[in-house]
Amino acid sequence: MYDFLLLALLAGLAVAVVAGPLGCLVVWQRMAYFGDTLAHSALLGVALGLWLSVGSGVAVTLVCLAVAAMLTVLERKQGLATDTLLGILAHTFLAGGMVALALAPGGRPGIEALLFGDILTVTGTEVLVMWSASLALLAVLAGCWRPFVALTVHQDLAMVEGAAGKHQKLILRLLLASLVAISMKIVGVLLVTALLIIPAAAARRFSRSPEQMAVWAGVVAAVSVALGLALSWFGDVPAGPAVVLSAAGLFLFAGRGRQLGA
Amino acid sequence: MTSAALVDMHGVGKHYGDHVVLQNIDLEIEPRRIVTLIGPNGAGKTTLVKVLLGLTSPDTGSIHRSKDLRVGYMPQKLHIEPTLPLSVGRFLQIVERDKTACLQALERTGIGHLFKRPVQGLSGGETQRMLLARALLRRPNLLVLDEPVQGVDVTGQEALYRLIASLRQEFGCAIFMVSHNLHLVMAATDEVVCLNGHVCCSGTPNQVSTDPAFVALFGEKTAFYVHDHDHHHDIEHVPATGQSAPSRRAGDGHHV
Repeated sequence: MYDFLLLALLAGLAVAVVAGPLGCLVVWQRMAYFGDTLAHSALLGVALGLWLSVGSGVAVTLVCLAVAAMLTVLERKQGLATDTLLGILAHTFLAGGMVALALAPGGRPGIEALLFGDILTVTGTEVLVMWSASLALLAVLAGCWRPFVALTVHQDLAMVEGAAGKHQKLILRLLLASLVAISMKIVGVLLVTALLIIPAAAARRFSRSPEQMAVWAGVVAAVSVALGLALSWFGDVPAGPAVVLSAAGLFLFAGRGRQLGA
Repeated sequence: MTSAALVDMHGVGKHYGDHVVLQNIDLEIEPRRIVTLIGPNGAGKTTLVKVLLGLTSPDTGSIHRSKDLRVGYMPQKLHIEPTLPLSVGRFLQIVERDKTACLQALERTGIGHLFKRPVQGLSGGETQRMLLARALLRRPNLLVLDEPVQGVDVTGQEALYRLIASLRQEFGCAIFMVSHNLHLVMAATDEVVCLNGHVCCSGTPNQVSTDPAFVALFGEKTAFYVHDHDHHHDIEHVPATGQSAPSRRAGDGHHV
């Protein structure tokens, strides 16, 4: 009878192990707003999925990847600052998504599930898909880790030294887009960024190298998922927000622990 | 010098929109030579460095880089996010996995003891030495230094220039250096290129400092620069005569 809880935990962990390390890069490169933009655009993906009667996972992934690519192209062409472009993209896609959802044929998914996630209804097949995606993302992330760190530290220097290539920035964005797509079901559109940022911020407090921080962020994210599900089970509160609150709690705890230790 | 130039630029131009930043630049860097690029703010110095490094491509003209060119680059600024936990050693390991080699490079630039220190806590001079160590790890035959003494105090500046000169002796590399700071640079350089969108004049320090184009651009300002970077009264009161002033001050600089 606890099958659904176990599935929820497995699904949450699939997202957590990628969200931790990837979140570190988001924090280091100040990409939080980009994460939000992707998440907002995901709504349009859901609507598109209904229109084209394909799985929402596929449609969301495609829309997120398209947004990531669009941003890269616009950045090269337009003279606008990245955060302005992100503002335009995020809200255009959010509004477009809402309109498309209202006009979508057939049964509309509950808006609340889209905004805050619906981890407790995850199916066995979905868990399998999520883990496959998550392991694939981890493999790419591990393969590109050194160039990503090199780019974070100093972009020009990394390029001159050949420590990073031209496409690394795009690869990072595509990774993030894919993660947003798979974590929609877990924490929803509004809370995706939290799962990236908060564990990384907590891990910063007890890390001395980029790699340590990546591992600790993964651990914090995983513990947040477990804690959040427990909170949801015993306290009868929505699971997605409970996961995010757990992460925030761990962040505060990490800060205090460090103060006491110092 | 029988060997071919490391970098050879011809008629390079670059514009952003309607704004022409570089125009018809010819520049040649031969092995083991020290070439210093000077020019006022907005002269296109940083753009020229980026073109040279291949970070941006020119709109007109051509660049030829020698096949065995290995560039060690020291950027003007290094800002490391406080959220990134990064030690000096790990900063170097971005280019060289071997820890011992990293430590040796740091020792060569005089900051071996900072290996485990977070980069965010370094002083201006220590940061420059760390960047220099990273550049050396690539065994460069061309060092590109963009304002190498920025954010370093006066005594530190001289020590840093001395270090750079000795590294060049040791590694036999050419140096292409951008600088504001005329009086320290002039004595050590083989060739000066004065830039203001286009190359106003170039040649040995002596040739350049008597060139009317140089005087027009820097005649007034050289005195200001010296004043800015030096506390000595006898130097402060040197009138802004332009002409031979820069090289003479560079001589004075050694007694500081």
